[in-house]
Amino acid sequence: MAFNKCVRLFTSSLKTNIYRVSTKTRTTRSHFSAQSLTEGPTFPGAQTTWTEKLEFVSKATYPPIPAYRVMDRNGDVINKSEEPQLDKSFLLKMYKDMRLLNTIDKVLYESQRQGRISFYMTNYGEEAMHIGSAAALTNSDVVFGQYREAGVLVWRGFTLQQFVDQCYGNRDDLGKGRQMPVHYGSRDLNFVTISSPLSTQMPQAVGAAYALKGTGRVVICYYGDGAASEGDAHAAFNFAATLECPVILFCRNNGYAISTPIRDQYRGDGIAARGPGYGINTLRVDGNDVLAVYNATKLAKKYCIEEQKPVVIEALGYRLGHHSTSDDSTAYRSQEEVDTWAASDNPPNKLKLYLMKKGWWSEEEEKKFLQQARKDFMNAFSAGEKKLKPKWTETFEDVYKNMPPHIK
Amino acid sequence: MFQAINNALNLALKSDDTALVFGEDVAFGGVFRCTMGLQSKYGSSRVFNTPLCEQGIVGFGIGAANMGSTSIAEIQFADYIFPAFDQLVNEAAKMRYRSGGQFDCGKLTVRAPCGAVGHGGLYHSQSPEAYFAHTPGLKVVVPRGPVKAKGLLLACIRDPDPCIIFEPKTLYRAAVEEVPVDDFVLPIGKADILLEGDTVTLVGWGTQVHVLLEVAQMAKSKFNISCEVIDLVSILPWDREAVCQSAKKTKRVLIAHEAPLTGGFGAELAAAIQEDCFLHLEAPVVRVTGFDTPFPHVFEPFYLPDKWRCLDAIRNLLDY
Repeated sequence: MAFNKCVRLFTSSLKTNIYRVSTKTRTTRSHFSAQSLTEGPTFPGAQTTWTEKLEFVSKATYPPIPAYRVMDRNGDVINKSEEPQLDKSFLLKMYKDMRLLNTIDKVLYESQRQGRISFYMTNYGEEAMHIGSAAALTNSDVVFGQYREAGVLVWRGFTLQQFVDQCYGNRDDLGKGRQMPVHYGSRDLNFVTISSPLSTQMPQAVGAAYALKGTGRVVICYYGDGAASEGDAHAAFNFAATLECPVILFCRNNGYAISTPIRDQYRGDGIAARGPGYGINTLRVDGNDVLAVYNATKLAKKYCIEEQKPVVIEALGYRLGHHSTSDDSTAYRSQEEVDTWAASDNPPNKLKLYLMKKGWWSEEEEKKFLQQARKDFMNAFSAGEKKLKPKWTETFEDVYKNMPPHIK
Repeated sequence: MFQAINNALNLALKSDDTALVFGEDVAFGGVFRCTMGLQSKYGSSRVFNTPLCEQGIVGFGIGAANMGSTSIAEIQFADYIFPAFDQLVNEAAKMRYRSGGQFDCGKLTVRAPCGAVGHGGLYHSQSPEAYFAHTPGLKVVVPRGPVKAKGLLLACIRDPDPCIIFEPKTLYRAAVEEVPVDDFVLPIGKADILLEGDTVTLVGWGTQVHVLLEVAQMAKSKFNISCEVIDLVSILPWDREAVCQSAKKTKRVLIAHEAPLTGGFGAELAAAIQEDCFLHLEAPVVRVTGFDTPFPHVFEPFYLPDKWRCLDAIRNLLDY
């Protein structure tokens, strides 16, 4: 039995503060031997100690997991040793991609309001989560997403035209016009096609990571704080831990699942606190701080590759936009709350301040860049609008690899 | 039959380095012994236990298949496949379609023991094939014995689409036959005509095929009529041509399955037969099935569409 070989941990103190438990190890010769008073429990279910004091373990027993940050709200680095040494062009790409994402969102959101596309979901407030994490990986690492991760595609080189073509479902859409807008996917960019059912991608990402074990590639799986309540999230956490899969389970905790605030979603210490419960190394970061997200993802990838084990990252942020074009968020939260977040702790603005202090960006360059970005996107937009829809026979293709007689 | 399945899994693991076998309790050989000896032969990275979570098992399998690993997942009983219904129906079945062919999980095969076993009660007896028959993108097969089980399982494993193979658990030990030791596949989507006849067509799958073969013998000796017995083999896609050709010849059709009547796969067959063979039929297509109740424990003999109920239905077909 494996238990015979396992190392047993026991505490020398009875303090329930799990962060302060001092541990020492020893090997057991046999767990069948009679237990003496000094011996710890030998149950197979947990390696633990005895206590004769009856008390609950609760959220209050230990402090909340802190949120890691590099910059403050003014874009100043707090601890210089934590500043990632990224060169100018890399940082500028990070910033420009965040702004490009804003441009895409603005045009496509308005085009939905005009009835030109059927549906849209913006990414406002979560730009740093996308760009910071994507920048810490390479395009050979595989992405499983939820739907609010378009910035990852921007970083990886999905073209403006490809965004437009998918939302229009025209003949150049890689998905052949079959899915709703924002359900992007790209084989070339290792971005697995988005589907609407929440969290289904989570155990899939774990399986993908298992298949990629030992190849030097990792999988990153994005999901929201609401999606983390699904059964599939539990499955993913537990499978990732027990099967030791190199996957980064990246939660975008933006405070809301459509109208549902986190108070109605969970009562624990967010999503991060669940990681250790599954035996997974966990990081909580300021999701508005692109450098913090970058550092966290970089460390997570390194750990995934070296240990061939999973990491949970919870990025805390705020969903500035409506849930989707089918949602008016002022029905459940105040405009004032949104405005406060947008003004005081805005991910692209924070990076902009950082860059300007380095003398690497100016208002003038910003103006020029935004004008060009808007122009480029509008060109792609008009081109996408004019394209024909895919041939109607595409309705019947790809259900199976080869079309069976009953579909013909 | 469990040995034939074990042999098929062994061949799959041997012939394909990316093949993985996983599920609840598969490491020690499986609760029905189908994975016996595989872990010691191929290692715990290729044959392994998962946590007890069906949606996780199928989701995990989809992801691994998506990255090119041949994923052979086991759901311990078909009765417990429902937690994975979302992963199978919304995800596995639609992945190729929704991505425009960019991604797929065609390398996924899900094995699940199904059907009555004498004393399985509500949750060790179900035949859920009809739920999945309503899902474009999946393939669903049910073997009737060891040779079919081996050939179909290997076909499912190598098929470019996600497949579910429902293995009638009562046959694991009961069904014994000579199984070729070599590597072979049997076609998905093709029915087998097991007995030729000209008066009534009997259609079934899985364990029910053996009931129908016995019924055909009884019909011969009692009514002196010859029945044509068809094993449908494949639920999705199903062999409409073979079934309707037989229906046109015999002009009378009996469909029998263990699953409940309403919404059972027999309904799909009956509708298709009346559509294709309307002018040929001498009597309405009859369905002999489980009742529209949960699968009961002590009433199992009364619940099942046994040979007497089938024989009675044949007499009514002849008298119509």
